[in-house]
Amino acid sequence: MKTAQQIANDVRAGESALVAVEASLAAIKARNEELNVFLYVDEDGARTAAEAVDAKVRRGEDPGLLAGVPIALKDNMCTTGIPTTCSSKILEGWKPPYNATVVDMLAAQGAISMGKTNLDEFAMGSSTENSAFGPTRNPLDPTRVPGGSSGGSAAAVAAEMTPLSLGSDTGGSIRQPAALCGLVGVKPTYGLVSRYGLIAFASSLDQIGPFASTVTDAALLLEAISGHDPMDSTSLPEPAPSLVAHVNDGVAGKRIALVRELVEGADDAVVASVNRAVEVLKDAGATIVELSIPELHLGLSAYYLIAPAEASSNLARYDGVRFGNRIDGDDVTAMMEATRTAGFGAEVKRRIMLGTYALSAGYFDAYYGQALKVRTRMIEAFAAAYQQADMIIGATTPSVAFTFGSKTNDPMAMYLNDVFTIPTNLAGEAALSVPFGTGEADLPIGVQLLGPGRSEARLFAAARVLEIADGR
Amino acid sequence: MSLPNGWEMVIGLEVHTELKTKTKLFCGCANAFGSAPNTQVCPICLGLPGSLPVMNERAVELAMAIGFALNCTIQDSTFHRKNYFYPDMPKDYQISQYDVPINAHGYLTLPDGFRVSIERAHMEEDTGKTTHLGTSGRIHGADRSLVDYNRSGVPLVEIVSGPDIRTSQQARDYVAELRAILIAIGASDGRMEEGSLRVDANVSVRKADAPFGTRCEIKNLNSLRSLQRAIEYEALRQIEVLEDGGKIRQETRHWDEDRGETSTLRVKEEAEDYRYFREPDLVDLAPDQAWRDRVKAGLPRLPAERRGLIESLLGELSDAQRDAVATIVDQGLDEYVLGVADAKGDVSLALARTANEIAANVAGRTNLSVANFVATVAMEQLGQLSATQAKTVLGELLESGGDPAAIAKAKGFEQLSSDTLSVTVGELIEANPDEWQRFKDGDDKLAQFFIGLVMKATKGQANGKAVIAELQSRR
Repeated sequence: MKTAQQIANDVRAGESALVAVEASLAAIKARNEELNVFLYVDEDGARTAAEAVDAKVRRGEDPGLLAGVPIALKDNMCTTGIPTTCSSKILEGWKPPYNATVVDMLAAQGAISMGKTNLDEFAMGSSTENSAFGPTRNPLDPTRVPGGSSGGSAAAVAAEMTPLSLGSDTGGSIRQPAALCGLVGVKPTYGLVSRYGLIAFASSLDQIGPFASTVTDAALLLEAISGHDPMDSTSLPEPAPSLVAHVNDGVAGKRIALVRELVEGADDAVVASVNRAVEVLKDAGATIVELSIPELHLGLSAYYLIAPAEASSNLARYDGVRFGNRIDGDDVTAMMEATRTAGFGAEVKRRIMLGTYALSAGYFDAYYGQALKVRTRMIEAFAAAYQQADMIIGATTPSVAFTFGSKTNDPMAMYLNDVFTIPTNLAGEAALSVPFGTGEADLPIGVQLLGPGRSEARLFAAARVLEIADGR
Repeated sequence: MSLPNGWEMVIGLEVHTELKTKTKLFCGCANAFGSAPNTQVCPICLGLPGSLPVMNERAVELAMAIGFALNCTIQDSTFHRKNYFYPDMPKDYQISQYDVPINAHGYLTLPDGFRVSIERAHMEEDTGKTTHLGTSGRIHGADRSLVDYNRSGVPLVEIVSGPDIRTSQQARDYVAELRAILIAIGASDGRMEEGSLRVDANVSVRKADAPFGTRCEIKNLNSLRSLQRAIEYEALRQIEVLEDGGKIRQETRHWDEDRGETSTLRVKEEAEDYRYFREPDLVDLAPDQAWRDRVKAGLPRLPAERRGLIESLLGELSDAQRDAVATIVDQGLDEYVLGVADAKGDVSLALARTANEIAANVAGRTNLSVANFVATVAMEQLGQLSATQAKTVLGELLESGGDPAAIAKAKGFEQLSSDTLSVTVGELIEANPDEWQRFKDGDDKLAQFFIGLVMKATKGQANGKAVIAELQSRR
């Protein structure tokens, strides 16, 4: 399959955008039933959009950074008139009357939205097994999970249905499936990409980011969707950073910290991949320092108080009054209860209860309040680390893709899958996962690169060094 | 009203005012009353999934203006979510301010000099409006409920007084003064009946100097009169319970205007845990010093000062005149009275005409220049127009503008010549010999009888003072 960059170049040079769109539709038809990647495929919309791009090229107008590039959207981003479900029965059939800002930005850059991809319900999960519409399978080994919660968006790129996709990352939901599917996945700095129209899971942690099979494509997509949005109060005021131009900047002179807590407990193959990546970066001119950030151990506990607390409030609006499913009851309270009982899956209910408890009078200080303090310490600990290093390296996940059902009965085991990715979300900083080496059953391993806010260009450059060393 | 057996009321008031902004607090929808249901809504104020709030700058300015007008400390502040389920609250949480409000620690001085402390005046969003169909009119037992989200997201400031108020009259004066201030600074239109200004009263009773008693919160107070009546009813109810050896239960009570009583709405022990936490979708509010200074400098003169100015022009005031001054200042009509004063005219007459004729048609003031008002009052003062004629001229000016002298002429309001008046009076005396005799015998009340006849005969063109003079000369 051609990369996004190649497609955009070809379209600008006069090739019809329909070529890539038809190839994408064919790939979706070939494997969607088996893998359950797309919940909705917008065939007509994609063809119409491709024709509009072609018309622009014919008129001599700039068709945009992503001219004619097919892209898949995680189904928690609002799309006008197109069902947006969050993989939940509670939103089944709901068609938003507006587009998420990123959806409009993609269209403005000539990208072609192919449809909406599966996820763990309301982005709560690490395997896409929590979808009300069935699990997504890992295209590299359909007996295994693609990771989650953005499992559908990861699988779309891994199955070569689209060269690009968007996910959202609240505690690792882009980086973890990227690692498990052998892709580049980026959790941008909080505020770099607008959240307007992204259906909230945990507002202070959520961030939209790209999946791609190459570092350059990921940089291209992130560049296209970054920048200030007046509709999102938490959006950073600065204009979009220049990323693609710096992909080949290398790591010479950069200080890279190998952080013990970000490999601890990982499988041997994963640890070996990280160590090998460190050697590659050293050979490319980076200075390696070894660091310990003990605060990272606290991340998981803090996250599982803060994220559910915000979720318990964010998900209150699904009450059957204005949109989505409604189950009638004797009075309004009974209607709300029946609607929520029938509409939400087990993991969503678990987190709503956790969060409600953590915020309750009498428990607030011990749980939510304490978690906020931990979060502040985490931010300070990262800031101290970035005094000694320009970026941090570690594992993305403890293991390669796991098999279906192997963690569904043990929520803690599932939550531990995100232990290396969560700290970045708590700190609001940038991180990405880049495939580097393989492990069990020849499945891909992801190496994670972390940096301070707005350090994406630096991280892409380091990822590119690893990508080249890995023979891609 | 005084309470029996040495009891004293302790009252604290929570006043919600809708801010007079063009748009809602977090979106671009119009903030206007009275439109067709659900026509002023968007994904944000409907709380649709994925939508996010963005702060309305004008609302922040008006909130700060309220703070300055109430002598508050204006501070950097934060927003929280107040979580509870209710069908007219689209997100099932309300974005409000919690532990750090924009305005804190102020006070309001009542016209009699009594100072009521203001604990806080914080910003929040309004909810939609539910209409319950069915016999009960309340959510419980309703057949169906209809929700209008036009009001959802309208900016509110909640002004919380300290428990300083001791009588129902003081409570009334406090709300009247607060309302006048909010109108004067352009923060609110102050309409209690339409709900743009809503008052909840916390009422408890105690024996003088005893610790505060358990309070009840009274809702549904839609006028100053309701406020005063409800407080009085509630205080007496509590006293009766206490004197019978009972205890007051902390609860929220509903004022029923028709039945003139309060009844339990919900008991506080059942009150929900709102699970407040910082609103992650908004950044903290930190207006810089220059912005604060601009808002402060832009504050107009407040009602107390404006009333003082007008009152100083009148000397000794009757209660009616004091009310008239308050009306004028409430409605921002000061300039008419001050214009007459500047022209060395009759301020008392100007006050009466402003408080009655202009206040009755405030919308018409755009047609009535101060100069034309001053001229009309002068014509009345000089006897060129009778009171009735002056009112008619003012009515016409307010309705469609124009020149007062020209209007008077067009209406035929030339004063009757003294000859014509004399002839008319003579004819009427002849036609009513009994009444004339009684007047001659000293019954002064009959002067009004003759004035009435003369006005009728002259279609209001006669000047009342001139008629009396004519009658006296013939007595």
